[in-house]
Amino acid sequence: MTENKAMKPIWFFVGLMLIVVGGLVFLTGIYLYFNPESAHTVLSNTYPNLWWGGIMIVFGIFMLLIKDEG
Amino acid sequence: MGNIGLTLVDWLIIALYFVFVLGIGFYLKRYTKSQEDFFLAGRKNNSWVAGLAFLSANLGALELMGMTGNTFKYGMYVAHFYWIGAIPAMLFLGIYMMPFYYSARIKSVPGYLKLRFDEKTRVLNAVSFAFMTLLVSGINLYAMALVLHTFLGWNWDASMWASALTVAVYVTLSGLMSAIFTEIIQFFLIWFGLFLVSIMGIIEIGSVQEILSRIPESFATLWSTSADPSQNGMMVTWGGIVLGLGFVLSFGYWTTDFLVVQRAFSAKDLRSARMTPILASFFKMILPFIVVLGGLIAYILAHDPGSGFRLLTDGGKINYDSALPLLIARYYPTGLIGLGVTALLAGFMAGQAGNISAFNTVWTYDIYHSVINKKASDDHLLWMGRVATVAGIILSVGTAYWAKSMPTIMDYMQAIFSWVNAPLFATMLLGMFVWWITPNGAFWGLLTGMVTSFSLFIAVKFDWIPKTLITLSDVASDMAANFWRAWWAWLITFLVTIIVSFFTRKKDEKELVGLVKGLTEETVGKPVPLLKKPEFWAVLSLIILIFLNVYFW
Repeated sequence: MTENKAMKPIWFFVGLMLIVVGGLVFLTGIYLYFNPESAHTVLSNTYPNLWWGGIMIVFGIFMLLIKDEG
Repeated sequence: MGNIGLTLVDWLIIALYFVFVLGIGFYLKRYTKSQEDFFLAGRKNNSWVAGLAFLSANLGALELMGMTGNTFKYGMYVAHFYWIGAIPAMLFLGIYMMPFYYSARIKSVPGYLKLRFDEKTRVLNAVSFAFMTLLVSGINLYAMALVLHTFLGWNWDASMWASALTVAVYVTLSGLMSAIFTEIIQFFLIWFGLFLVSIMGIIEIGSVQEILSRIPESFATLWSTSADPSQNGMMVTWGGIVLGLGFVLSFGYWTTDFLVVQRAFSAKDLRSARMTPILASFFKMILPFIVVLGGLIAYILAHDPGSGFRLLTDGGKINYDSALPLLIARYYPTGLIGLGVTALLAGFMAGQAGNISAFNTVWTYDIYHSVINKKASDDHLLWMGRVATVAGIILSVGTAYWAKSMPTIMDYMQAIFSWVNAPLFATMLLGMFVWWITPNGAFWGLLTGMVTSFSLFIAVKFDWIPKTLITLSDVASDMAANFWRAWWAWLITFLVTIIVSFFTRKKDEKELVGLVKGLTEETVGKPVPLLKKPEFWAVLSLIILIFLNVYFW
């Protein structure tokens, strides 16, 4: 998908999406850490937003760094 | 159960997804200048892009929810759909069939039928494919609205129209290219949005070994209980799995269904096209770690009185499809709920885009250009592709409203593929590998097979014949009947095609060069290192498949 030089590769969009959504999940995790929800979900004590959101951000950065050779 | 509640941040994530896919549609429009850009994404994708799109076109939310529910109902036998029911066919497509498809420079699967046989076989397949695609697309749309209404309390009409219009906009703008982009984004959203369910389930229950030890034996194996259908959850014999699912349904879908094969046609060269399904096979094999593991987790929790986990019931019947949404509600706090819902929405919408992009191509090339307007210019065909996209969406919405008024239509979903794809696989197999198969043999064989499959479905549905007559066993589930019906339809197509070919005019061998094995010189491309050879990766995929089947025997 890079024959046209100006066109961004798909991995750029995937990375952007994961960073933005992962960032939102991670920030929500920080908020929930200090302000836990009244109705707990199962295993909420493991703070899944924090580690899963973090994993998404790291993976998203990795995708942004991919050099697509077409 | 009350509806799954969404907070502001969940809505924000969902809204971001809609903005994102629409933005991609507008962004890619400037690169969509010719009909090849619109219908085949410019034929410039590498095997990673084409491979992930190839897999994702099949990875709809309905399938994810349905297969998780099926695991709850049938146990680990559902993994057969992902392993023996997919991998051999994908590898066969990459190694043996793709050279004929790709080298013929065709734009669609019916296009191959035209070159190999004749116009009437092409049109028969094109019309049945277009009909099947719109039917599936409409039923999917209805199912999506139903899921969103049941679990989130969303308005039926609003959610259906919002997603249909979004898909219409981005596919109309940039065709297959935007469909492929959004399918790949969906692939990652599904993994990040749904794999967490399995991880949380493992944490709650203890370990994967603990999960396997807490389900009945009939639910925990793949083959050891397949000799006697009364001993396994799916009530099917190994013969039904191997012949019906592993051979006919699987090969019929993965090697001839234009919805998935179109992604491989978008590859930049023959090696990338051959690598497309082979690469996808690795990702297909790991999907049971979402769906099967999720279904087993739901099964264990539902049978543990202390867990508080119960599937929904609808009129006294268990709603198996509720397993995955209920696990999301169980484990996902605010924010993650938005991600989980977005993953399901992305699955629905990408599936919709896949159906529509395949429909607009088959309509434009194999029906409109072939029958209605043979002299259409390139620009006119590009315009027609966009018109077909909008028309396809409108017809899908109409079908969805029809499905709403007739909910039993959902029962037909599984059967639709065996009406069209199972016979087509016999036609394709004979066409590519036996040079003396004639155009009339192919046409009458295909027509007879489709009519047979549909008739068997109706006959069993209305109890004109017992289900066990076609499954050759004393007990049989609907799924087992589906596998066996596909096998009989394939066999009848195969035999009729051969018999009619004995008595009808053959095509000149010269016309078949490049289309049939045996008449086509094996192309020896420039030498590539072992790690770039499709054959190497196909063997590796096969080894992993064998290992998984032996490990879970």
